[in-house]
Amino acid sequence: MTTLSAPPMPTLGHRASRWVSRNLIRIYAGLAFIYLFIPVAYTFAFSFNDAGKSNLVWQGFTLDNWKNPCGAPQVCHAVSNSIQIGVLSTLIATVLGTMIAFALGRHKFRGRTTTNLLIFLPMATPEVVLGASLLAMFLNLRVNPGFWTIVISHVMFCISFVVVTVKARIASLDPRLEQAAMDLYANERDTFRYVTLPLVMPGIAGAALLAFSLSFDDFIITNFNSGIESTFPKFVYVSAARGIPAQANVIGSAMFFIALFIVIIGQVVSRQRKKS
Amino acid sequence: MAFLHGATRNHSGPRSGIKSRSITPYLLLAPGLIWLVTFFIIPIFSLASTSTMVRPEGAQIGTYVQELRFQNYVDAFTANQEQYIRSFVYAGIATILALAIAFPLAYMIAFKSGKYRNVLLVMVVAPFFTSFLLRTVAWTQILGDEGPIVSTLKLLPFFDDSLRLTATPIAVVSGLTYNFLPFMTLPLYASLERIDPRTLEAAGDLYANGFTTFRKVTVPLAMPGVVAGTLLTFIPAAGDYVNATLLGNPNTKMIGNVIESRFFAVVDYPTAAALSFTLMATILILVTLYIRKSGTDELV
Repeated sequence: MTTLSAPPMPTLGHRASRWVSRNLIRIYAGLAFIYLFIPVAYTFAFSFNDAGKSNLVWQGFTLDNWKNPCGAPQVCHAVSNSIQIGVLSTLIATVLGTMIAFALGRHKFRGRTTTNLLIFLPMATPEVVLGASLLAMFLNLRVNPGFWTIVISHVMFCISFVVVTVKARIASLDPRLEQAAMDLYANERDTFRYVTLPLVMPGIAGAALLAFSLSFDDFIITNFNSGIESTFPKFVYVSAARGIPAQANVIGSAMFFIALFIVIIGQVVSRQRKKS
Repeated sequence: MAFLHGATRNHSGPRSGIKSRSITPYLLLAPGLIWLVTFFIIPIFSLASTSTMVRPEGAQIGTYVQELRFQNYVDAFTANQEQYIRSFVYAGIATILALAIAFPLAYMIAFKSGKYRNVLLVMVVAPFFTSFLLRTVAWTQILGDEGPIVSTLKLLPFFDDSLRLTATPIAVVSGLTYNFLPFMTLPLYASLERIDPRTLEAAGDLYANGFTTFRKVTVPLAMPGVVAGTLLTFIPAAGDYVNATLLGNPNTKMIGNVIESRFFAVVDYPTAAALSFTLMATILILVTLYIRKSGTDELV
């Protein structure tokens, strides 16, 4: 591209090509970011499409979809299911996972290798296998899949991610802080409550957010273990064949901005804490 | 998984805050591990057991009894060889492409981003906040027959009306690459970020040129991230069927598609179970070999 501007002013062309080669990696990264954001931008843009039933071609701008996100049948039912499942699975997985993380990070015990393996394996297993095996068990036990089987499956695959996140936070703590508390005659329980837990809290919060987004976005495992129960990703998948309603784009975009907002708040808070 | 390594080093020697043997760790572990055993380990056995079942003559659809018929595996594999191999080929190509896109990106964030580092990291994860299915559906529409790209390309003289971008293997592989890109970028970033820029300067002081420094210093130090990133991309990509369904055609079906349709459309649980079990075993073997070969055992 730089050679185009070369003939009239060679020095400018030369400078331009030097700029390009020096910033090559930045240009490359810029292109990668554009690639990452194209579908997000598309989803956002088409949330304003005056689409009627099928949201395939641009028909004209409207705010109606944003004013009435539940306008399409079943969308809000699916979203509310996803939120309920997300909240329940996050709560259970965060509590169970944090307990395991503390055991691994703060205690000596036999069976550490087995525990680590048991945490690692679900992350190294493709979702389709996790989903299929759980469904095979439910079928063998004559359990009808539905809301609760989805929660069970989500907790199962979220625990490992919570353990990993919280454990990393525990490992990064300065042990001298706890020693100091002990030196100041805090007993074990108080040290944990007033020193260790607050220090680990950002890790736990991060793990909970991760668990919620994993649960909210999960499709494959959910599809296997949901029976006739609907979730937001399942709704999108099922309606993809006919063209998904613009309201789904509204919800997807809203989720995007809410999550971005939470992350930015988190970053600001942690920066201010570092300052003080 | 690269983010694991900081956390796993604490078994060496007693450290302050690590308490001596008592019942507490087991109480902490019990609920979570019981959950994992009940809903992960036992189901795997259930899957294994289903995989050798047989449907009795004249029985109702979906009724199977255990007959330890291991021939199921042979039948399932020979009938679906093509999709099986295709899954690993697609996942492999997608992993290489993701590495090629993510490495410069992670390198840039780790070394050239200055004060914008956190902003850029959030930007890597941000596309995740929109549902993964919505993004894939968006790709089907962007690349679709009536989408902006195909209609623009058709205006050019060297493409005729038969031009299609969706329903092709390329579309499926691009979809896989796209969806798992952040899984590649984050671990790469995590290990690149740990590199002390002074090591790179030292290489320069020892007369290594830029390329030699990159090859002999940067890449070996980034290896744990490369291993973690490729695993986090390859494993889910090999089992995925959403991209193949939405972006592909009947000739791009992957093993996940077969497992899903065997379960739900055909109600042939034993075949689905045998295929799932084979997929898991293959991946575990590949992962073990790969981790051994790349010498990063600290990953787990």
